[in-house]
Amino acid sequence: MIIKILGSGCRKCIELADNTRKALAERGQQADIVKVTDFVDIAAYGVMSTPALVIDEKLVSAGKVLSAQEIGELLGKAG
Amino acid sequence: MNPFGWLNDQLLRMQWLSDLVRALVEQGMGLPMSGRVGASVHFFIYDTLKIFILLSLLIFGISYVQSHFPPERTRRILGRFTGLRGNVLAALLGTVTPFCSCSSIPLFIGFTSAGLPIGVTFSFLISSPLVDLASVILLASIFNWPIAIAYVTVGVVLAVIGGSLISRARMERHIEPFVFNSPVMVGDDGVPDVRERLRFARDQVRDIVRRVWLYILIGVGIGAAIHNWIPESLINGLLGQDKPWSVPLATLVGVPMYADIFGTLPIAEALVARGVGLGTALAFMMSVTALSLPSIIMLKRVVRTPLLSVFVAIVAGGIVLIGYLFNAFAGAFA
Repeated sequence: MIIKILGSGCRKCIELADNTRKALAERGQQADIVKVTDFVDIAAYGVMSTPALVIDEKLVSAGKVLSAQEIGELLGKAG
Repeated sequence: MNPFGWLNDQLLRMQWLSDLVRALVEQGMGLPMSGRVGASVHFFIYDTLKIFILLSLLIFGISYVQSHFPPERTRRILGRFTGLRGNVLAALLGTVTPFCSCSSIPLFIGFTSAGLPIGVTFSFLISSPLVDLASVILLASIFNWPIAIAYVTVGVVLAVIGGSLISRARMERHIEPFVFNSPVMVGDDGVPDVRERLRFARDQVRDIVRRVWLYILIGVGIGAAIHNWIPESLINGLLGQDKPWSVPLATLVGVPMYADIFGTLPIAEALVARGVGLGTALAFMMSVTALSLPSIIMLKRVVRTPLLSVFVAIVAGGIVLIGYLFNAFAGAFA
């Protein structure tokens, strides 16, 4: 599983990445976390507000710092 | 006693805070307010506290309102209007969205790829850093209500005219092609409830205070220096009311600088206190917030030089014009 954090390296993006790691640890799941910071690449996902979360190339959230619990639910849906 | 005036003085200008800091400086530190050190220390402490208190309260309230206008919704609303009405609406929506210039590029791409006319997008891009509700209330606190209202009005008018001129210039071909080919995400997570909106507002306050506190301290520090240390003759020699170049000079100095409107307000306040024309001080404030080297460099990656130059020229020209207008009619705001 590849998880991408979209955002220009702001504090919120770091929080989102941390929460994602927590969620993965809680679920005992392995995944690669990739940070996408170039806004040309970010735009390729159609995102207007960062940070955004992409799970296996599917955009699941934009403009929010999700909690570890919320990310856990999304990870469950993504299988 | 005029109850409205009293409320204005205590709540908005925070006269109580000024008195409290005065007591602290005079009695606590033993620095007389008539001295330069005492006056600068008072300006620094009082202005910093005042801006942080107002900023936090205002961002909280305004973010709550803004949670109703996420970028996706703004884009949907704007998509229904064309021509001048689109520009006006874009400029107005720009005032309820405090995007810093760093988030303007994703918005630019998102709006343009969805087919919004570039003129409408530029109206939004000009107005959103320049005027927001928090800056209006801070302007009313530091100067007065007529100045605050006049500032918003000219800011919105500048955004409408700037966007209209850019759409007249038919410069779509100067936008990088990948912008048009970016996908349009319409995802809608449903309407947030009150609790989520409050959380959003709280996060915004935290985020914005973290982002701007340093600029505010620097701004207040420069303001205190202008207020008490830089000789009046030097300030007025450069930016005095009788100097015809004062407005363009203030604009030119401000264009490459990057700071939030909250950091530039204390500088404008100090300039006016030292006899610089109101229009000159506002021109400096507007050029710092509307244009900056970092945002121009970022924009350069999505639009080509001709369009970028037109954008910078229209905004800078508009600011100079506004500066002269404010100086000419300064008497009306006394």
